[in-house]
Amino acid sequence: MSDYNPAELTVIMGSRALQDGQIIFAGAGLPLLSAIHAQKMHAPSLAILFEVGGVAPRITSLPRSTNEARSVRRSVATPATIDMMLYLQRGFVDVGFLGGAQIDRHGNINSSCIGTLEKPKVRLPGSGGANDIASSANRVFIISYHEKRRFVEKVDFVTSPGFLEGGQAREKTGLMGGGVEKVITNLGIMEFDKNSRSMTLTAVHPGITEEEVREKTGFELPVAEDLKTTTPPSEEELRSLRALDPEKRYLKAGDF
Amino acid sequence: MEEVFTMTKNSYNTAELVAIMSARLLEDGKIIFGGAGMPLISCVLAQKMHAPRLTILFEGGVIGPHIEPGKLPPSTNEQRAARRGNMHLSITDVLLLQQRGYVDYGFLGGAQIDQYGNLNSSFIGDADNPKVRLPGTGGANDIASLASKILVAMHHEKRRFVEKVDFITTPGYLQGGDSREKAGLTAGGIYRVITHLGLFDFHPTTRRMRLEALHPGAQVEEVQENTGFEMLIPDEIGHTDPPTEEELRILRELDPDQRYTRAKDE
Amino acid sequence: MPRSYKELREVIENKDRGLREKVMSLTEAIHLIQDGDHVAAGGCHYSRTPMAAIWELIRQKKKDLVYSRSISSTEGDLLLVAEATKHVITSWFSPGVTWGVSRAMRHYIQEKLAIYEEWSHMSLGLRYRAGAMGIPFIPTRVMLGSDLFPRLPELKEMECPYTGEKLALVPALNPNVAILHTQRCDPYGNVQSEGLPFMDQDIAGASDKVIITTERIISNDQVRRSPDRTSIPFFQVDAVVEVPYGCLPHECYGYYEPDFSHMDYYVKLMMGKGPEGVKEYLDQYVYAPESWTDYLEMLKFGDILRATTDGRSVYND
Repeated sequence: MSDYNPAELTVIMGSRALQDGQIIFAGAGLPLLSAIHAQKMHAPSLAILFEVGGVAPRITSLPRSTNEARSVRRSVATPATIDMMLYLQRGFVDVGFLGGAQIDRHGNINSSCIGTLEKPKVRLPGSGGANDIASSANRVFIISYHEKRRFVEKVDFVTSPGFLEGGQAREKTGLMGGGVEKVITNLGIMEFDKNSRSMTLTAVHPGITEEEVREKTGFELPVAEDLKTTTPPSEEELRSLRALDPEKRYLKAGDF
Repeated sequence: MEEVFTMTKNSYNTAELVAIMSARLLEDGKIIFGGAGMPLISCVLAQKMHAPRLTILFEGGVIGPHIEPGKLPPSTNEQRAARRGNMHLSITDVLLLQQRGYVDYGFLGGAQIDQYGNLNSSFIGDADNPKVRLPGTGGANDIASLASKILVAMHHEKRRFVEKVDFITTPGYLQGGDSREKAGLTAGGIYRVITHLGLFDFHPTTRRMRLEALHPGAQVEEVQENTGFEMLIPDEIGHTDPPTEEELRILRELDPDQRYTRAKDE
Repeated sequence: MPRSYKELREVIENKDRGLREKVMSLTEAIHLIQDGDHVAAGGCHYSRTPMAAIWELIRQKKKDLVYSRSISSTEGDLLLVAEATKHVITSWFSPGVTWGVSRAMRHYIQEKLAIYEEWSHMSLGLRYRAGAMGIPFIPTRVMLGSDLFPRLPELKEMECPYTGEKLALVPALNPNVAILHTQRCDPYGNVQSEGLPFMDQDIAGASDKVIITTERIISNDQVRRSPDRTSIPFFQVDAVVEVPYGCLPHECYGYYEPDFSHMDYYVKLMMGKGPEGVKEYLDQYVYAPESWTDYLEMLKFGDILRATTDGRSVYND
């Protein structure tokens, strides 16, 4: 079996979740790495959109932000930021691919503050386009490092709506985008129950146990009856991924 | 066919007179939204005469084009009207510049105008059973709703200057008084009407059309005879200077085929 | 009734938006239009009119279309007389100021054979924009006080919840099919228009399906060298058809000016004989030719050459 670190594993699992021909909105960092990796492996015509205006760029050198020239390189169009966001609102974007500081049982994401907004323990950078993406993409994938302090019963602050309080709560607020479909971590893959809209463990990665995932989750995590085990990353997947980030800026060992 | 005035040593027809009198009203450095035909030719004439920094906007989506003499565009929505513009932008966006307040003057022609400066370019007769279905508003309603000062150039005749237009395509002062403001049109209003007989403005409170100045040779009686409503005639009436040879020469270079400066129906 | 956001969005979500080639023939592309569809045409008046697409949809005998365009010129006459549409949404309808009021339009509208739904130019543009934005309406400050307002039941007035001012609300317009002509487009549908943009960008975003006819099909690599010139991205586009001289007798910025002698010929026929003259024109120039190329061959080469020389001259300055 190949040796890989949690970040590499997660990015490869994220890459596998993307299909050829899709249009995705990707955040910088691991979501973007997954998307570029998918293009190299199995989805050559996956089109990546960035909130600051690149449509389907051919990324040769990994950008640190989605808001810079590197992430626009050899795009087919460079619309204004507002127009990029409006493509989401109009239904053109298949997948919104996000990372997050804190996520809860119903897939809500917090990237605004730890603690209360009035007296925050940590004031985080904020929504950026995450709220727009989570509100309006046809479906949302989230990539996160799996640990108790990140997977909480209820986020301190809903920056980007998942299924809110669960059940029909999301639809009732008027949000039309499909909501979170998958949460991909270094331990496994979680999806959401059709009725309760609660996070459910549907797959574990090789060598990971159900108990380990539940232990590192800050709420009671149900497990699917047909819990699957994912196929380990192949040599080819790892080689291709490492070539994308030779300095290991994103693919550091340990948490991410 | 052509009615030609010969009051001075320079002879000119009514369309030429209207173009020149309109051009004189346009100040240098201003931004003006112009329609095709008479508005366009007046703007270009003003640029050549005294207002080189007059910026013309066309609803086709162009800011500050250079119109070539002899190649006047028959429409403002085409290549000739876009030539050497500072910017090409969408129709909606160029019209929105007015909503934002960037535009000093809107310059329109019209088929029919009434005593409050309302214009009709939609129907002659009853809108449900029209005698003539006209082409419609185009950007005229937008320009008259939004530009800071509206100029209207027209041929002066009774069937065009009516008590009440058959249909308000383009709002002037509506029913007079403060009815324009009450309708939600907070900006602008009709500033001047330019005809081959004279210049007309609007009474500040009643908003009725008023004679401001007569062109050379025109008489108050002639204005009254050719107006289908009671024109306000103040005690003091101005008189415009006749077109100069230079104005006429430049105008004729602009429109050598007299596509817009034939005598009738401007 | 306008369609709900959910319906409009599902159409977009369910179509193949992938980065794929979509070059096809004019005939195939126009098959995407169904009888009864709302078809919006790009360009304005006699500029960048998707004439080849309109020519083909008349030949395919499309019926009961709703036809919308910022300003309609001679192509509007053709659609009315060919009975492709009985409902035109526009802001100004006639061949051009110097050619007078269309007798064909007057006949169909005054005899109540068709509806001319008249919006101001900007309010129509804002309707497409709201459609492209995925919102139900846009507030504006035009149309207020005019007699156009009460004739348009879809137009509403509201008091601004922030300032208390009176505003007109124009509803979103979401056509079923957009037909747009451009100078340059790649096989995926990335459109790089030159010159006046008109309302094409908003129409593309508002429509369920988008058909692009183009003077040239350029490579995707060429698009990627200047992505800042792309006005419509591939995922909004469903068909790409290469049709050189696809606007004639109307103009295409930087490529050709109108064929004014043919326009004069058409207008003379139409103004002289009314709808009968337009029928003659349709028989001769739309139904009889075997192909768009055959139609082009019926025009005079000298006229086309002059139009082309004048058209290209914008790049000589």
